[in-house]
Amino acid sequence: MFNLFKFASPATFYPLAGRLAMGFGIASAILLAIGLYMSFFVAPTDYKQGEGYRIMFIHVPAAWMSMLIYVVMACWAAAGMIWHTRLSSMMASSLAPTGAMFTFIALWTGALWGKPMWGAWWVWDARLTSELILLFLYIGFMALESAIDDPRRAARASGLLALVGVVNVPIIYYSVQWWNTLHQGSSIKIVDGGVESSMSEIMVWTLLVMTFACWFYTIAVALCRVRSIILEREANTSWVKELLQGAKS
Amino acid sequence: MLAALRCMVIRDLTLAMRHRSDVLTTVFFFIIVVSLFPLGVGPDAQLLKEMAAGVVWVAALLASMLSLTRLFADDFNDGTLEQLLLVPQPLALIVLGKVLAHWIISGLPLVLMSPLLGLQFGLEGDELIMLMVTLLIGTPVLSLLGAIGAALTLGLRGGGVLVSLLVLPLYIPVLIFGAGAVTASAAGMGADGHLSLMGAILLLALALAPWASAAALRISVE
Repeated sequence: MFNLFKFASPATFYPLAGRLAMGFGIASAILLAIGLYMSFFVAPTDYKQGEGYRIMFIHVPAAWMSMLIYVVMACWAAAGMIWHTRLSSMMASSLAPTGAMFTFIALWTGALWGKPMWGAWWVWDARLTSELILLFLYIGFMALESAIDDPRRAARASGLLALVGVVNVPIIYYSVQWWNTLHQGSSIKIVDGGVESSMSEIMVWTLLVMTFACWFYTIAVALCRVRSIILEREANTSWVKELLQGAKS
Repeated sequence: MLAALRCMVIRDLTLAMRHRSDVLTTVFFFIIVVSLFPLGVGPDAQLLKEMAAGVVWVAALLASMLSLTRLFADDFNDGTLEQLLLVPQPLALIVLGKVLAHWIISGLPLVLMSPLLGLQFGLEGDELIMLMVTLLIGTPVLSLLGAIGAALTLGLRGGGVLVSLLVLPLYIPVLIFGAGAVTASAAGMGADGHLSLMGAILLLALALAPWASAAALRISVE
């Protein structure tokens, strides 16, 4: 049987992460180029919101990623606490900055979108507020991790915090349905196994391409970051020394 | 089990009674923060009445958070906490006892003070009762969630500031529903929905937070 746990060891994961990061990085760059071209030149002008709606093609993927990354991060943190694998908590901490970045992008592009559509940069709407809380959770996670000197304790403490904070994700996701607020409902719904959308087909495709571009970008960046974290934490082990010697000669 | 819980609560209350100034500091902090708002926004009675619930609630969050750092720190410093980790009773129960004592010391006085402060802001009758009821349901949640943050930051440099960064985002739902209930009842709409949600949050926190805090304590002390 193919043994997945083989790659739970940083020494075996390090080269694999390098190859994967390269692959996902290239895929993300290609998708991003296609997605940006489609969102600016192919997708038609919206009859209600004009050209301004095009900001959706970065806003929606960023908002999705901000929530997804938090859940993935919490899963890695949980795995790290259950199996005590060092790599899991390293993955959790490598995802956090990217998640915070996407949360920030979602808030920022949302503000730019809100100004022409709602006439305000910011409203204290349920979804905006809970997305802001998500940003605070990411910052709290990173602050707690950097405040603790011992890396093992840091990983476990911040992992616990990530698990506690995961309660917020469903609140953000369903906030548009629970509270009738200014933020519009989701335009894509999954109904009876099929996908139903209130947008034209080309817009959905553009959105999907952009989403996958963001997704692959996240994977590539997280893997690059985890490689740095592995080198930093394992600096005293023999395989890192051999690796560095190999790189020198 | 219940004996251990009671023993823990009585012990913490006795310790608090020996340092009465600590308890009073929290209450006075609460009163001062609330009193600052009319000075800041001006004495417009209508505006103050609309703001009252939010102001009292935010002040309660801050006051409850201020006393959090002491929740485990004294026991940690004199070694009691290590002994508590070794007792045969579940650690979550011990934590629950400490949280209960913390609520009696820092939460209950705020609940009792709140009608007086509400009166200063021009709230009347039902709204005052509603403010008190929401604080009564809400402040235990603050202590329960705060215990997680206090346990995670135990013994860290700059723990006090860090605890606010960790805990305040988690407090936000309680704040929204707590202040929302008072506003809804002042506007003549029923506050039942808000109160039910707060009750649900309290039960959820009561069931899960002690375990999370216990896990955090083990991480911090090991």
